[in-house]
This record gives sequence, structure tokens and C-alpha cells, in this order.
Amino acid sequence: MKQREVVIIGAGPGGLCAAQKLLEGGAKVCLIDRNASLGGQLIKQTHKFFGSEKQYASKRGIDIMEILISSLTQYGDQLEIMTETSVVGMYSDKVIACVKKDKFFKIQAQSIILATGASEKSIPFENNDLPGVYAAGAVQTLMNEYGVKPGDNVLMVGSGNIGLIVSYQLMQAGINVKALVEAAPSISGYLVHASKIRRLGVDILTNTSVKRAIGSEQVKQVEIWDLDPTWQGIEGSERILDVDTICISVGLAPLTELLQQLGAEVRYIKELGGNVPVIDKRYETTVKGVYACGDVVGIEEASSAMVEGKITGLNALEDLGYDIRASRLEMKALHEELKFLRDGPHAAKVRAGYLKRGMLT
Amino acid sequence: MIDKTGIAIKALFEKEFPENEETLNRPKAIIECYKEIPCNPCETSCPFDAITIGEDINKRPDIDFDKCTGCGICAYSCPGLAISIRQFKEDNAELKFPYEFSPRPRTGQTVNVVDRSGEVITTGEVINVIDKSKQNKTALVHITVDKAYMYDAAAIEVVKNES
Repeated sequence: MKQREVVIIGAGPGGLCAAQKLLEGGAKVCLIDRNASLGGQLIKQTHKFFGSEKQYASKRGIDIMEILISSLTQYGDQLEIMTETSVVGMYSDKVIACVKKDKFFKIQAQSIILATGASEKSIPFENNDLPGVYAAGAVQTLMNEYGVKPGDNVLMVGSGNIGLIVSYQLMQAGINVKALVEAAPSISGYLVHASKIRRLGVDILTNTSVKRAIGSEQVKQVEIWDLDPTWQGIEGSERILDVDTICISVGLAPLTELLQQLGAEVRYIKELGGNVPVIDKRYETTVKGVYACGDVVGIEEASSAMVEGKITGLNALEDLGYDIRASRLEMKALHEELKFLRDGPHAAKVRAGYLKRGMLT
Repeated sequence: MIDKTGIAIKALFEKEFPENEETLNRPKAIIECYKEIPCNPCETSCPFDAITIGEDINKRPDIDFDKCTGCGICAYSCPGLAISIRQFKEDNAELKFPYEFSPRPRTGQTVNVVDRSGEVITTGEVINVIDKSKQNKTALVHITVDKAYMYDAAAIEVVKNES
């Protein structure tokens, strides 16, 4: 069995930032990702990021990915990268079971950082299994990573930032976005993103949802209807739109399965996206030496994932016996950054979640 | 209203323009960022310290029109594409809008100009397209329209591929 000092599972913004801090501090890092390249979802983020300069605001996600990856190249043998590698099992003694291509192997780690991210949620409606019904993130991968046009006429479902941004990116790819429906009474993402697609002609319909998709072999049309204040569809309000693609963007769920296999305690906190690991202020789970950061600890923005990654990396470093006294001020500043990212009306849910967790920083 | 539709009504966007119309005889940045979000590139990108957000990056930007030169740096730095540059020039309004579509419009081309709901309200002529590498792929399309549209113009309609 391979022996490794620190294993990071997931090389998205959280995992990459954790790796950076661990490498800086002198630890040997093994970075595992199931995709062919590092960066997680950043590769398809062609829009400019929010936040402050510290989180690379105003840079495009894909360029942030390049910055994060290139900051790791100077470490040579100190960093081992395993791409196209899936972690298929985790044990409480920190043994990690992996599959790369057809090869199965195990790693014994001293410390583990889980940065596994999240998966997309869906909603039930008649015919939601027809070809042409996609998750928004999947459409973004098709378009921006593989250069494949998902369809010609799209209905977007959900007005969070992902729904709004993917609508805009569909339009940039020359695809017609017929409308965006949102079941809630108001737009949930940033208004600047909403205004950006509205002034380019996309109707944003709140209190509206999908009743059914229409088609036999693939989506040909969609029936939408108004919702009453109890979120029930209003009979008689149905109308039909000619679309070949229905894009679902109704939120994300943390990918905690590996943490649960390991025996780390999870808890259901709705505001953070569902089952999330129980963690302390140092982002350590209930299993000693196992940490988590990014969307797996609670759904937020990539900017928060990067800051959490750095915090987690420094804490893991300390527990491994490295001297992090020189990083005390940095640690304080990182917690301060998180506080600001979780401030303001748009982060109310995240704050409510962290209040339940008893760790509102 | 804007919470439901994404459309800022006149009473809302008018407040973002200078109180004294003569201020717009020089180019000025008009910032339409109505909700508190954690973001501050407009402040940090401004070479003239004309935009203030402060330590708490969730605060809305505040612009000092005396300091603003209308240089346009904030307009292509804003991740929300929420800033335009506007100026009266004789009987016309000269406007610079951020633009992230391909192909770019051509100088001299006539483009449709839309309001905040996406309705075409007039046409404008492209004076030039500012698209330097430091803008990181957010072009500024500089157009001239009748001055009556100074306030209502919100963007140019996407220019279609010519093939």
C-alpha cells in the first residue's frame, strides 16, 4: 500500500488552494481528481468572478484555474498529481481505495482533505427523463469545455447565479434562451446577472414552474404554469413554449458520500444544501486528521471555496507538526475574508446554516 | 419590481445619474448595481479613486462624479457588466457599453439600442469598439444616439454573424 503524507480529494478551487498552502509549508501532497485535468468546475467558468482582488475578482474562472495550477508547478516531487483517478472507498483508518483506468490501489494517508464539491439537484415533472432535459452545469460543460451546442431553443429553470450565468453563456454561444422560470416570488441570484440577460430580451418569469415536457423521442415543447403562494400550479395558467432543451438549475447538493464511508458525522442543514459534514472552526471533521472544504461543507461560491481551502491547508499543516506560527496573521485575514464573503443579503442562507453549525465566523 | 423581472424602473436608475445634467457634458460612469453583493473591482480598478465601496465589500458602490473622468476602466472590470459610460455631445448622447459577444460590431455600423427590458428603442452608430487585451475580452462599444435616449438606453442588441 502506498503511504502518503496528505491526500487531497478533488482538485477544484478548494482542493487547489489547500494544496498550495500545504506545499508552501513543506508538506508532501497527493492530489487526486477523477477528471483528466485539474481545476474542477473552473474550466467552464468563462465569466468574470465577483469578490475582491484576494479572490481574483474580475478575472474569468478559467484564468483563475490557470493561476492556481501554475502556482503548484514549482514544487516538483513534493506534489504528486493523480488525474483520471476515482476514489471508490474510504476507511476510518484513513485508507483510501482508488481506481485509475483498470487499476485498483490503496493509499494510507496521514491527513486527508476532502474537496469533493457538489452535484446538481433536479425537480420532478412529467417527462423529465426525455433527452433534451439537462442540468445547467452539464450544459455548461458541453458548451464551454467540449464545444458542443446542446440545442437551439432553451428554457432555463431556476434563477440562481448558475441559471442566470448559464443563460448568458448560452446566448454567447448563439443559442436562443426563450425564457427563464423561477418558482419563488423573486430572483434568487445577483440582480446584475438578471438585468444582463433581461436587457438582451430574456423574459424572467417568477412564481412560474415547469408542468411537463412534451415530446416522444426528445423535448419538442414545454408547458409552464403560474404558481400560487403555496407553490401549487394554477389550473388554466398553462402555456406552451417551443423549446428543444430544458435546462435545470435548482441548486446543488454537497457530495458527502466519501466522508460518510469514512465514518465522519454528517448532519442535514437545509441552508447549506442538505447533508453536510460536522466540522469545527478549523474545518476538521469528526474523524481526526480528516478535513473538508469548499461546496462539500456547504454550498457557496468558488470564492469562499478558495478561502476555505487555504484555511484547511494551514490547519492540516499544523496538525502534521509543521510550524505555522508565521501564518497566524494570514489565517486571521482569511477568516476575515470569509466573514465578508458571507455578509450581505445574498449570503443570508449561508449565515443561517453556519449559525446552526454554531460557527458563524 | 426589479427583484421579480430584472428590470430597473426609471425611479431607480435615475438616481444613479448625476443630479445636475450638465455634469454629463463630460463622460461619466453610470453604475447600476442595486443590490448588495460581495464585489469590489469597480473600486479597485478606478485610477482616480472616484468609486468607493470600503472595507465591507458588500456595500454598494458610491461614485464621486467630480473625480470620475469616464475613462471606462470600471466598465470593463465590472463582473456584472453593470457600468456604462455616458456623455452628452451636442444633440447626441455618446454611450459606451460593455460587450462580450462575438463578432464585435464594426465602426460605422448601425446597431439596435435596447432599454432595460430588452425592447429596441432606437438605433445608434458605432463610433469605435475598444477591445484591448487588458480588457480581458470585455469590449466597450462606443455608440452615438439621439440625446433623448441618454437615460433609457441600456445596451446594444447582439450583432448577428454575417455569413
